[in-house]
Amino acid sequence: MSDPGGDGDRDGDTPEPANDGQRFDRLPATPADREVAGRASREEVLDWWEDRFGIGRDVLDGYSFWEKGAGKVWVFNGEADDPSRVEAIGMTFLRTRQEHWKPTTRAVQRFGEHATRNVVELDAERASRFAAGEDQDLPDWDGDWGYLIVAHRIADASAPIGVGLYLYDELRSVVPKGSRADLSVVDR
Amino acid sequence: MNPLDRYETLVDDVDAFRAACDRPLPSVVRTNGIKASPDRVREAFDEAGVAYDPVDWHDGLFRLPDGNPGGNWPHLHGWTHGQEEVSVLPTLALDPQPGERVWDACAAPGSKTTQIADAMDDTGTVVANDNNLGRLSALRHNAERLGVTNAIVTNQDARNFSTKPLAFDEFDRALVDAPCSCEGTCRKNPDVLDEWTLDHVHGVAGIQKGILTRAIQATRPGGTVVYSTCTFAPEENEAVLDHALATEACAVVPFDLPVETASGVTEWEGEEYDPSVSRAHRVYPHHNDTGGFFCAKLRVGGPESVIDHAGGTEVAR
Repeated sequence: MSDPGGDGDRDGDTPEPANDGQRFDRLPATPADREVAGRASREEVLDWWEDRFGIGRDVLDGYSFWEKGAGKVWVFNGEADDPSRVEAIGMTFLRTRQEHWKPTTRAVQRFGEHATRNVVELDAERASRFAAGEDQDLPDWDGDWGYLIVAHRIADASAPIGVGLYLYDELRSVVPKGSRADLSVVDR
Repeated sequence: MNPLDRYETLVDDVDAFRAACDRPLPSVVRTNGIKASPDRVREAFDEAGVAYDPVDWHDGLFRLPDGNPGGNWPHLHGWTHGQEEVSVLPTLALDPQPGERVWDACAAPGSKTTQIADAMDDTGTVVANDNNLGRLSALRHNAERLGVTNAIVTNQDARNFSTKPLAFDEFDRALVDAPCSCEGTCRKNPDVLDEWTLDHVHGVAGIQKGILTRAIQATRPGGTVVYSTCTFAPEENEAVLDHALATEACAVVPFDLPVETASGVTEWEGEEYDPSVSRAHRVYPHHNDTGGFFCAKLRVGGPESVIDHAGGTEVAR
């Protein structure tokens, strides 16, 4: 996912554009359009959701993607031209500029129902522990390591709760502290 | 003095009004249609043993007699949002449509912004502005929890709002849910009655006039502006509308709300207001067992402008 070589040499004395962490900038369409080193492109973002979770382009094609801060990508469904100095545009979506990209809890809650792989569905007791921020052993998982969508059954269907990090037979809860909840276990 | 005394001449049943103001309010949640249907919320409440009562005028609202609106799975999933019943009304009056450009001028903490986004099917653009950066963080938290992707959040003084950061320079609709003296929230926060002063009423009325003026100017001819407060003070309600009618091209239009209301008042303490302000709605706590509220709907461009509706009374759903 990383592009350590950047975009090659630039002409003359023009300084290479750098990422300004205080403003929103639209992601370039493709890696070939990239002007700011290290910035993810729209194509790579769409590919990543498809490769990692099977969430197809039909789901995300209508949205635009923006970077603010070091690698924080936002997803937006409205009209924007130069929103560089606004406080927020849409919602936080994905953390890039690191070896393993990490979806946000809110992105997974919003779009995770379209996922077809790397979704682990927990039983009621495990789901409550996950929502409370607890890490738990999960030796039976035979899918990929890394960031997973963690879901449970509620009201007759599966619903994504948040993001888990699976490493060495353990599922770590990366639900943000402010979003954790001590919820009762629902028997059914 | 208790500021509620001064409104006794306005209400139909003083004893019922005062008794209702003394009762605490039930917890209420609104279903977030971006993520769930009322049926699914009901089913999840049933599974978890969460007690709830329906609200007869809105199928997405649930009263939670045991309180704790944030302590359940539907809340964690962003399927529900704790929101007082009357606070749902201005978005019904605004009636935003998918794909439109909508301004929420005083948006924090975001209950109405997120309801607007839901009504727009999370398409188009809702610009959520507030001058208080601390309260904006609560708005952002709520918008993310509810999965809103069509909002732009700005931190400006609404009276001088600039559309420069936007891709357009006028809105189809604007909501001014104005800062006010808040007596209508006394059932959940009785302190507002102790802190009330007439000086504050007069000061905040000037701010309200400035924000409503800017909202009218920033909305296209034929577009809709909704003005709402949670105060009973005519100085902050009908007088603000009267000021807008005198200074901007706009008209107060009739509309229906799905609850019992009283008409806007046309005179108060020696002042007389434009007769059309009676088309505004006053919601008193004893009428529907809610908080107090005020809501008016304006059409930009005045009575002679071409409007994008079939005409006649516009009905809020």
